[in-house]
Formats: sequence, C-alpha cells, structure tokens
Amino acid sequence: MTTKQDNNTSAEPVEGAEMLSGGDMLVRALQDAGVEYIFGYPGGSALHIYDAIFRQQKIEHILVRHEQAATHMADAYARVTGQAGVVLVTSGPGATNAITGIATAYMDSIPMVVISGQVPTSVIGTDAFQETDMVGVSRPVVKHSFLVRKAEDIPLAISQAFHIATTGRPGPVVVDVPKDTTDPDVLAPYVYPREVKLRSYSPASRGNGRQIRKAAAALLAAKRPIIYAGGGVIIGNGSEVLTRIARSLNYPVTNTLMGLGCFPGDDPQFIGMLGMHGTFEANMTMHNADLILAVGARFDDRVTNNPERFCPDATIIHIDVDPASISKIINADIPIVGQVTSVLEDLEQILDAQRQKNPEQPERKALEDWWRRIEEWRGAHGLNHQMTIEPDQPILPQMAIQKLYEVTGGDAYITSDVGQHQMFAAQYYKFAKPRRWVNSGGLGTMGFGLPAAMGVQFAYPDATVACVTGEGSFMMNMQELSTCLQYGLPIKIIALNNQALGMVKQWQDMQYGGRHSNSTYSDSLPDFKTLVEAFGHVGFKVTSAADLDPVMREAFSSKLKDKTVFVDVWVDPHEHVYPMAIKGGSMQDMYLSKITTSMQGDYM
Amino acid sequence: MRHIIAVLLENEAGALSRVVGLFAQRNYNIETLTVAPTEDPTLSRLTLTTFGDDGKIEQIMKHLYKIIEVVKVVDLSESEHVERELMLVKVRAEGAVREEVKRTADIFRGQIIDVTPTGYTVQLSGPSDKLDAFIRAVGKVSILEVVRSGVSGISRGEKVLTA
Repeated sequence: MTTKQDNNTSAEPVEGAEMLSGGDMLVRALQDAGVEYIFGYPGGSALHIYDAIFRQQKIEHILVRHEQAATHMADAYARVTGQAGVVLVTSGPGATNAITGIATAYMDSIPMVVISGQVPTSVIGTDAFQETDMVGVSRPVVKHSFLVRKAEDIPLAISQAFHIATTGRPGPVVVDVPKDTTDPDVLAPYVYPREVKLRSYSPASRGNGRQIRKAAAALLAAKRPIIYAGGGVIIGNGSEVLTRIARSLNYPVTNTLMGLGCFPGDDPQFIGMLGMHGTFEANMTMHNADLILAVGARFDDRVTNNPERFCPDATIIHIDVDPASISKIINADIPIVGQVTSVLEDLEQILDAQRQKNPEQPERKALEDWWRRIEEWRGAHGLNHQMTIEPDQPILPQMAIQKLYEVTGGDAYITSDVGQHQMFAAQYYKFAKPRRWVNSGGLGTMGFGLPAAMGVQFAYPDATVACVTGEGSFMMNMQELSTCLQYGLPIKIIALNNQALGMVKQWQDMQYGGRHSNSTYSDSLPDFKTLVEAFGHVGFKVTSAADLDPVMREAFSSKLKDKTVFVDVWVDPHEHVYPMAIKGGSMQDMYLSKITTSMQGDYM
Repeated sequence: MRHIIAVLLENEAGALSRVVGLFAQRNYNIETLTVAPTEDPTLSRLTLTTFGDDGKIEQIMKHLYKIIEVVKVVDLSESEHVERELMLVKVRAEGAVREEVKRTADIFRGQIIDVTPTGYTVQLSGPSDKLDAFIRAVGKVSILEVVRSGVSGISRGEKVLTA
C-alpha cells in the first residue's frame, strides 16, 4: 500500500505522550471519554479496533446480531442515562445497517457516537470490497461526521465527536475510520484533548433576559394557559424546574410523545399526551388556550394537525435550544433560544419575584374557570376503558397496558416499538419520572423496542425493563433474543398480538374502505412461545382476559427475575386507537371512537 | 424574493457537500453557488442565491448555521451590497452581424477574449440581470455557449464578514 508509506509512517513522538497505534488510540480515547459499553459487530475494516478492544478491560463490548440493533441499544442507553451511546460497526453493510438507528437517534435528538470501519485510504473510491461512502450515506441523518485521515487525528476526532453529540441539541455523530489509520504497526503519540473548542460551534446556553421577562409577563397575564412540554425537557434535564413552575402556577400540562415523564403522569395537573392520538382534554385545552408555553417541543405535524388552524387564540412562547426549531411550523410570539434548564430557572426566578410584587396574578377566578372547562373535557372523554372482565371477552390492548402499569407499580422502564401498541402504552402507562419512556417518536422505527430494552437493561442492570411491542415490530429485530441469552438480560417483552399491522390496518379501515392491503398475515405467524423457548427464554401465551392478570404477575414475579420473558398477548384485532385527529382539521377535531367525533357534542 | 447569502465555512473536505446536501434535503433551491478559499486558507467563502419568502430564508439561514463547519452566515440582500457575476459567451459573428456583436459587447463593457473567423468569445461581468440583458441583446440564435460563474457578493461600506 503506497499510501501507508507516504502518509502513515509512525509520527514523531511528543514529550510525555505514549506511542500507540490508531486502533489502541481509538479505544483509549473512548475510555478517556468515559465510555462503559460499546455496542457493535466486527468485520474486516474494524478488525484492528476489535483487537485493541480484546487487549483491554475497561470497556465492555456487546456483540449484537445485527448492526441496527446495536444503534438502538446505544440510543436507548443514551436516552436513559443522558450519556452518549457508542456503536462500532465495520464498513459497507455494517455501516449501512446502522443507518436506520442513526436516523432514529437524529430525529429524537439523542447523543450517540458511531464508529464505522472504512476500507484503507489507498482504496477509497475504487469500489473496494465492503466499501460504502459512510460519511456521504449518513450525512442527512447525523449532527456531524468525521473521516479520519491519519492515526494521530483519532483522539481529537473522538473528543470532538462526544462534544458535538452531547451539547446543544444532541444528535448522532459518525466517525469513519479507514483501516490503515488503525494499523497496529504504525504508532503515534496519544494525547486526549479534554477541552474541545470549535470556532464554528457554540451552542446556545442562557436565554435572552428580555425575552424571558416578556414570557413571564405573558404567563402571568394568561387566562387560559397550557404548558406544552416535549422531549427537549427530558434531554435537557429540565423536568424538575418545569414541574416546580407548573405546580406553582397550577397550570395544566400536556406532553408530547417524546416528553412523557417530564411532568408526573399521575399528577392531576397532567392532562395527557397531545396530538394525533392525544387525549381529548389535552387537545381541547390546547385549541382553546390563550397562551401556550412550549418547552423543548417542535410543533411536529403529529401534534399540530393543520398548522393553518392551529390554536387560533394562543400567544406562543417557545423555548428551544435549537433556533431552527423556532417558528419552523408555527410562528412563535415570544421565542427564547437557550438551554432548557437555564431558561426555566431564569423564568422561575422572574415569576416568583413578579408574583411577590403582584399576588393578584395569575388571576384566580380565570384559572378556576379554565380548570372547570378542562375537567369537563376530561370527564367527557378521558381515557377510561372498561376494565371489568367478562369470561370470554377478548383482551383489549388498553387493558394489557393498564395491567402492565399495575404489576410494575408504574415504576418500570418501558420501551416500545411503533404502531398501535406504542400509542396505547403512551396513553395508558402513566410515566411519573423522566427517562422512563423510550420510544422512536420522530422516525417511528419498527424494530426499536427490543434492542432499546436491552440497552436500558445494560445501563440499569437491576431495574425492571419492559418492552411493549406488537408482533409485527417484534419480528423486525427478534434476532436479538440471542443477544439477550448471551448477556443474561432479564427484560420482559409484552407483545400486543393483533395478528396484523394494527396501525396500518386502522388507517385502511378509516380511509381506504376497509381494504387491508398487505397488513395481515394471521395464517403465517410463528408460535411465539415456542420461538422464544428455542432462543432459551420463557414464553407465555394469553388469549383470554381472565388469564391476563395471573400471567402478567408471573412474568414479573421474582421467580423469573433473571429471565428474559416474552408474553404473547392476543388482543382484540378490531380495536382502534382513539382519540385520533381528523386530517386537515384543527387540534379539536378528533375521532373519539369508530362512530363518534368531537364535532358531535357541544364541548366548546 | 431573491436573496444572496454569504457563508464562511471551514475549508475542509466534506463541508461543501453538507451545504449542498442541506438544500436538497430540505427542499430549498439553489439558483447559483460559488465557492473558493479566502485569504485565510483555513476558510472558504461561499455565495449562493436562492428564492423564498422571509420565513423560508430565515429557516435556510438557521439551518446553514447549524452545520458544524459553518462559521458565519449573512443575508447580503438585507442591506446595501454589491453583486458581480462573470460570464463567458461564445457568439456566432459572421458577415454583417460581426460588427454588431462587437458593438453590443462594447456597450456592455464586455471584452473579446478569443476570436475566430466565425465568432467571438466575450467576457462580461456585472450583476446577473446585466448578463441576462446581454444575452437578450445578442439574441439567442447567435449564442453558441454560455458559462457563468454564479454570483459573488460583498456588503457596501465598512461592514466585513470575518471569522
């Protein structure tokens, strides 16, 4: 290889610096970045790195069965710990298999560092075996990416990757490492830069004081306020201060799918998730509000419904660390760019001071009237599914989630896949704490749930971790059952089995005249109990409502504490998720059941 | 409305592809794009022109600024500025029209930089609409080939764009 001769001969020593190969530097840099786990899969271009991993003890490498699963594990690890998750894959198919997981993390702003092996520099661009332009392929779904040129660049690239991934609006960063730069025979001085300075990157920290004062005044003058809090509050560790502000003002709080848990889900001030499958009361409260405090939320199309008809009377305060999120979909009247905790703490101080000066604000009578209306909405169409069990009744998916809530004492880490079961979990599991609900909100990645649960269990080995899934999503990454056995991960998988791609089928029922194009496969489903037993785990199958309680209790019993358990819950295949936004309408336009809509009653 | 956006970015491999990729990815369009290193070799200066309402331009600016390698972004159209574009045109110039092409080039302060018995290559610089006007004046039938550099822009007065 000529390039190696030209560009990659061992570098000059630096005083006091150890001479290491690129492979060793990479692993050492990960150690210095505080990495605990690497989720990955070896292959040709990554072998020097894998050898370096073998020769050390500090970082544990978790061998997955498919690279996509590695990215979801790292992603979930990051979601529950707040630390960047780390992935290592080889070039070509290893790298492209990781793309779905990278895109998932990107859409949900999750810090992740993905190291991909690359073919040697000398053959880049020649269509070499297992060559893919990883920097190019991943470009639209990463916060940033690096292509390493020589061994001595590795520590800086890793240090910058962690800095960029974890600060500002977090996101995944790819470090593409050509094989020659990790050559064990080429040594260079190892220096890990603790301080990273980039002239072109300075994420927002404190919010503008004048804007925060304006926001405080608007909040205190509001008569029909609502706090709309999203995933940014969780990522930015702002849950505590948000909860203090909300409680002190006694304002209603709604959460986005990503924000669940940032305000206690069992608190009476919590009016449920908003948006496409949000509660009636959350969507009605939003639509009728005169002031919306949006924190770490991005007015996603699954929240706003038709932006033209979005909350006509509301003044909008929007706090976000990413200026590009502000006024992207809905114009913000009082935009505040800054780190959520810092902005909310400043806001809290001003609110407290203002209220001491003027105890008349916020106006008590107006707030009481507002709460009366909200309680009416909550009473009319809250989430209250029938829980009495008739002997031959099919299991309703909502009942299964409520049972899960009951047997876990509401204190489990819940991951989900994507579809009806995800919405049922979001609606019915009342998350009392942040970082307990792990799901692919933005990208909507089926196959996320199982590996995500595994990533959570690695982060917290003693915690109760349950994956709520559907049989469709589960089959997208079920090969990881093998990884569960290898590492003894006692996760509990609750599959709401409706023998169909439920959400697709629901849309086909509602919008395509009930034509179930390619959404059913009931004749060809595996017997999941036997399947998981073949993988060495414990399986249950529940088909009647009466068996739900005993089986769920057994699944979470101390007897099976150390086991991976799969509960195949056969649910009513005809059940739909409601409420559901009526396309093109405002937030108050909802289907409430198969036969009723919000327009039929007088709820204004 | 047409906007001229000036971007200072790290002169690194891959930085340009991120800028161009952003426009494709977010369904913004680029009308012209020109880029070269500055007097500081670690920085490149890029000028692009695009169309959009204020909301769209604001989003473009914010998203450009989010690219890690982007150091500064300025919408030159927001204030007084000078824009120039370079154009080379190969024109058919035979018989009676030969003299007329020469005269038109003179009127537009163009220079003839290559001559053959049947045609001229004319070099012109100026704002884009002046170059458009030259093409109209000569007439599409006479034009054999056009190459344009895309717009470069700089603000008037003492305002400067530096890292």
